[in-house]
Amino acid sequence: MDASRTRRRLMLLLAAMVLAAGAAAAAAALAVNIMERKQEARNPFYRVVELTDMTEDPAIWGKNFPLQYDDYKRTVDMVHTKYGGSDGVPRAPTANDPREVTAQSRLEEDPRLKTFWAGYAFAVDFREERGHAYMLEDQTFTERQQVTKQPGTCMHCHASLYVPYKKLGEGDLIKGFEKMNQMPYAEARKLVEHPVACIDCHDPETMQLRVTRPGFLEGIRALKASQGVQNYDVNAQATRQEMRTYVCGQCHVEYYFKGPEKRLTYPWANGIKIENILTYYTENPHKDWTHAETGAPVLKAQHPEFEMYNQGIHARSGVACADCHMPYKREGALKISDHHVRSPLLNVNRACQTCHNWTEVELTQRVFTIQDRTFELRNRALDAVVALIGDMKAARAAGKTDADLKTAMELQRRAQFMVDFVEAENSMGFHAPEEAARILGIAMDLARQGQLAVRQADYTPNLFPSTTAPVKPTPREVTPPPGSAAGGSGGTGN
Amino acid sequence: MATQAPAPEPSSGPKRRGPSAFAWLSLGLSALVGVAIGIGSFTFVYAKGASYMTDDPAACTNCHIMRDQYAEWTHSSHHTVAVCNDCHTPPSFVGKYLAKARNGWHHSVAFTAGGFHEPIQITAHNRAITEQRCRSCHQTIVQAIDAHAAESISCIRCHNDVGHAP
Repeated sequence: MDASRTRRRLMLLLAAMVLAAGAAAAAAALAVNIMERKQEARNPFYRVVELTDMTEDPAIWGKNFPLQYDDYKRTVDMVHTKYGGSDGVPRAPTANDPREVTAQSRLEEDPRLKTFWAGYAFAVDFREERGHAYMLEDQTFTERQQVTKQPGTCMHCHASLYVPYKKLGEGDLIKGFEKMNQMPYAEARKLVEHPVACIDCHDPETMQLRVTRPGFLEGIRALKASQGVQNYDVNAQATRQEMRTYVCGQCHVEYYFKGPEKRLTYPWANGIKIENILTYYTENPHKDWTHAETGAPVLKAQHPEFEMYNQGIHARSGVACADCHMPYKREGALKISDHHVRSPLLNVNRACQTCHNWTEVELTQRVFTIQDRTFELRNRALDAVVALIGDMKAARAAGKTDADLKTAMELQRRAQFMVDFVEAENSMGFHAPEEAARILGIAMDLARQGQLAVRQADYTPNLFPSTTAPVKPTPREVTPPPGSAAGGSGGTGN
Repeated sequence: MATQAPAPEPSSGPKRRGPSAFAWLSLGLSALVGVAIGIGSFTFVYAKGASYMTDDPAACTNCHIMRDQYAEWTHSSHHTVAVCNDCHTPPSFVGKYLAKARNGWHHSVAFTAGGFHEPIQITAHNRAITEQRCRSCHQTIVQAIDAHAAESISCIRCHNDVGHAP
């Protein structure tokens, strides 16, 4: 009896000891965990290498910034979304092109594009884009290089160029730019080594964003001058948030090679809306090529993401390219930009849900709605331009001359550029849905007017920008006049 | 051993022994409890436990996970009139500390164990508390709106960035 009570008390004591030991261990473990979290919060930065303005290799930068470098290297991923990107297509390497994987051909997907670009290198090889990591390789080996002589200007956006420009210009960036523009592509190719790298967007001393591309430095200066700001220096005057768009706008823009010096130029001197750009190309007569089937002096639009995005609601709300394409993420306590630059559709959580409190499915569906609608319009507009090209080709075969087709050629030039402006833009309308629809709507009208112009020699076109006075909506009264029955303007607040 | 030796001494009292096993264990237990209390107190102080009893918004950034919200709050229209607790805890004393305890537990578990949704999202329960706090400060305008609405709508559906950006 006594012994069993003693044993019970002992057991109880033992149990209490185990509990106390457990509690002590848990408290210690918690303390250690808290210490680790506090350690995380210190954002340790180890400068293991010295970076200078001539450090080109991103792997060296990566030693100081391993997290960012790790993400940057992931742009080799090959993924597609509904309307963009590529899973990669295997191919047999040839002497001219050792690539074993490329993106799928857009020309095979949509053969209308061959008619669209007839006579231009893009009708020979045009593929879906791959990640930043492939920019240099894919440009070096595209079949376009076989059918045309490209200038060194192309390097501006297909390689890490800050250091090569500086070396070529003996310290002068712009001089290096001018020299390389005039080189043959193959010769310029020997001077570059990496796809876009850290130094193309970052100051090596402070890591602040920095525009290094002469094309953008000059383009944005011309654009700001058109808005009344003279001698704009983007690196000194832009805000940090603006820079998070401008560094992308260094390359994701419409451009052309100006004059015999092949100077890369962004046609922004009148503004960056499509009318401004078309007016620019009228005032500074330029053609990218002569259309093989119609003889029209036509233009090729090139990925005008910066221009299109600027017409959209996200730009209006102060959202930068990087907010969606390189959204902030947490690594420990460190808040870093995701340097795995990619479609926000592959990262809806961080790219969209930071601002939009809806489910991923809902947000993705919203994007698809916009893109599907744009795609439908784009197809109609492409049909209209192809129909115009067909009519003009037939008219030429029937003996019509340049003089007979003058109006039709002008209409083709404009319609074609406008369709291409949406087609070549990498968002299928998402960057500015209403603007994309407006452009395609006008393009269809221009193409159909072109068909009329083929039939009637004296046809007077309504060009773009519109040559007829716009019909102004009658302004509504904010407060209805007394006795007026007209209500429901919604303008008066309750 | 000594107790088993033949004891010629005719003592009638209990046999004299050294401290019993029970006593040793009690001593050990006391020591262990002391250690647990000691480490526990240290952890509490080290983790700035007392700061959670205050209204200081800095306490909410003891864990770095809340830094973005804190930074945004310092830029927000409400930062001169409301701190975290004004919008995220009920006004009554008991309600406030219940909410703090509840969230404190959830946050500690999540932050220690990891594996939570990022960006962090407010729970339905906490959203309801916040909604009530909007309504209590902005009573006048809310009543005017509700008078017209068939069913009341959530303030933060539209004004989701007044306290801090989402």
